[in-house]
Amino acid sequence: MNTIKKLLGYVWMLIAPCIILFLVYEAYDKISKAPATLQSNVILQWVIILLIFTPICVGFFIFGSYASKGEYDHLPAASSEID
Amino acid sequence: MSQEIKQNNIAFVIGASSVGTLIEWYDFYIFGMLATIISKQFFPADAGTAALLSTLAIFAAGFIVRPFGALVFGRLGDLIGRKHTFLLTLIIMGGSTFAIGLVPGFATIGWAAPILVLILRLLQGLALGGEYGGAATYVAEHAPAGQRGFWTSWIQTTATLGLFLALGIIILIRTNQGVENFSAEWGGWRYPFWISILLVGVSVLIRMRMSESPMFTKLKSEGKTSTNPLKESFGKKANFKMVLLALFGAVMGQGVVWYTGQFYAQSFIETVCKIDFIQSRNIMLVAILMATPCFVLFGWLSDKVGRKWIMLIGMLAAVLTYRPIYKEFINITSAANRTKIVDTRLTSTMTSYPIYDAKDKTKIYLKQQTDTTYFDGSVFKYYRTDTIILKAPRDEARPITLINPDMIRYSSPNAHLVVEKTMGNEAYWDMIWLVFIQIVYVTMVYGPIAAFLVEMFPTKIRYTSMSLPYHIGNGVFGGLVPFLGTLIVEFTKTSSNPAGDSLAGLWYPIGVASVCFIIGLLYLTNKIDKNVMD
Repeated sequence: MNTIKKLLGYVWMLIAPCIILFLVYEAYDKISKAPATLQSNVILQWVIILLIFTPICVGFFIFGSYASKGEYDHLPAASSEID
Repeated sequence: MSQEIKQNNIAFVIGASSVGTLIEWYDFYIFGMLATIISKQFFPADAGTAALLSTLAIFAAGFIVRPFGALVFGRLGDLIGRKHTFLLTLIIMGGSTFAIGLVPGFATIGWAAPILVLILRLLQGLALGGEYGGAATYVAEHAPAGQRGFWTSWIQTTATLGLFLALGIIILIRTNQGVENFSAEWGGWRYPFWISILLVGVSVLIRMRMSESPMFTKLKSEGKTSTNPLKESFGKKANFKMVLLALFGAVMGQGVVWYTGQFYAQSFIETVCKIDFIQSRNIMLVAILMATPCFVLFGWLSDKVGRKWIMLIGMLAAVLTYRPIYKEFINITSAANRTKIVDTRLTSTMTSYPIYDAKDKTKIYLKQQTDTTYFDGSVFKYYRTDTIILKAPRDEARPITLINPDMIRYSSPNAHLVVEKTMGNEAYWDMIWLVFIQIVYVTMVYGPIAAFLVEMFPTKIRYTSMSLPYHIGNGVFGGLVPFLGTLIVEFTKTSSNPAGDSLAGLWYPIGVASVCFIIGLLYLTNKIDKNVMD
């Protein structure tokens, strides 16, 4: 089980930047295709989406990195393990 | 005797915490419930879908800012105590909700209207970000060992009951006032915002009587409280990795299941299935009322069998059944799947009346309403608005009673067609059951989660550590379900398919819940932490 957790850690690390790239591509695509009257609205929507999901993807990458290093092989059972 | 006093004490703790939290949820959700009207009041009249999306974006902004509220108030809660912090969040929430009800519309103050609403919405989000973690922590720290899931599940009911209260009050006012008065600039839609100040006042009085959490008091008397909760929560790898695990392995999936079942469902029933305003909300109300006891049931069960499997089964069920459920919504409400009563004299009524454009004297809107009744008791109302441009401006002193073809310069038939459906009894109950199933999923993922989060983190940084993943999962992943769902459907619209794929919006919650399920399945433990005093 621990091996699967570690291997999947690399998958999460890969998925995180892919999501960011996908969102950037979609943002560019949708903004460029938006009619002039709606352009500012579409830009606002995509700025919101990118601003929110980029740090979350960074967090997901760190999660993957921890998983790949076996940080989740054993979860703390008491607060003393966290301290 | 001592046991009885303890039970009475915990009952007061639950009651006092829950009432305040319920009111905060109420305050937060009335905005979402009234999104369609708010988009008309605070944005230019001709903005259409763009205005609705902008309102949803403002609605989403309230969610997005929640993690920041979690950081600000979580830190305060770990430094000065739980009680005073969530007293403060309640006052901020109540004040900003009341103020939203006072902002004049776009027609009066222009772009200042949406800007003011956005600022107040951000304040609401900040307050809510601080509230929930405090209430859940406070209750969990009072709960006896082995019953933490049961007692915290009462706090978990508040979000759904807050939604219930918001729906109930809106329906009550709208039914009493009628559509026109309710939707006017200073109409009844503002009352739910104003009512908030009374509810918050009562709740503040109750909360003033509460004492500080015993665990926090003990830590404080021993001088063991954290001096820098933010640094200890997110600067230490040992704790930060648990924050990330809580987010990606539990709360992210829980958030999308919650908002799909209780928000997206309502939006879908109203905007895609075209069920009328009152009936769509009644469907939600009845389903919520029937499913709410399941929060306590699953909270209690989680004390017996552990939190993990209950949450994951709820998530998996949602992933597997969302598309069939929403497809069934469309089937149930489709005109093609029901038999029209043939005798049109009895069943179809058509009324037609002109509406004069106040600014353009040559423009008249001819509104036509056709009601079609089906064998199962369903009534579909078709509203058609044709725009007629006259050759010469009309004389206001002599209203036109009959529009003669010679008067017309241009007419656009079927310019604007709207359908509004009121379902018959059987279809109505079928829809309630479909929503009920989704809310049972909500109770499975949400009922045990407060106890699950409390047990993950130590007392001295619990408020901060559990609030952040909770509000990213619910506020960001969950709160964006209506916004992103609507946006994804917009993307599927083409010239050959102008309506788009109405089920496409579900891919967002399904995708997020699937990833969360896999992470939770592999990385989470089902062990219940007996001792949260450390």
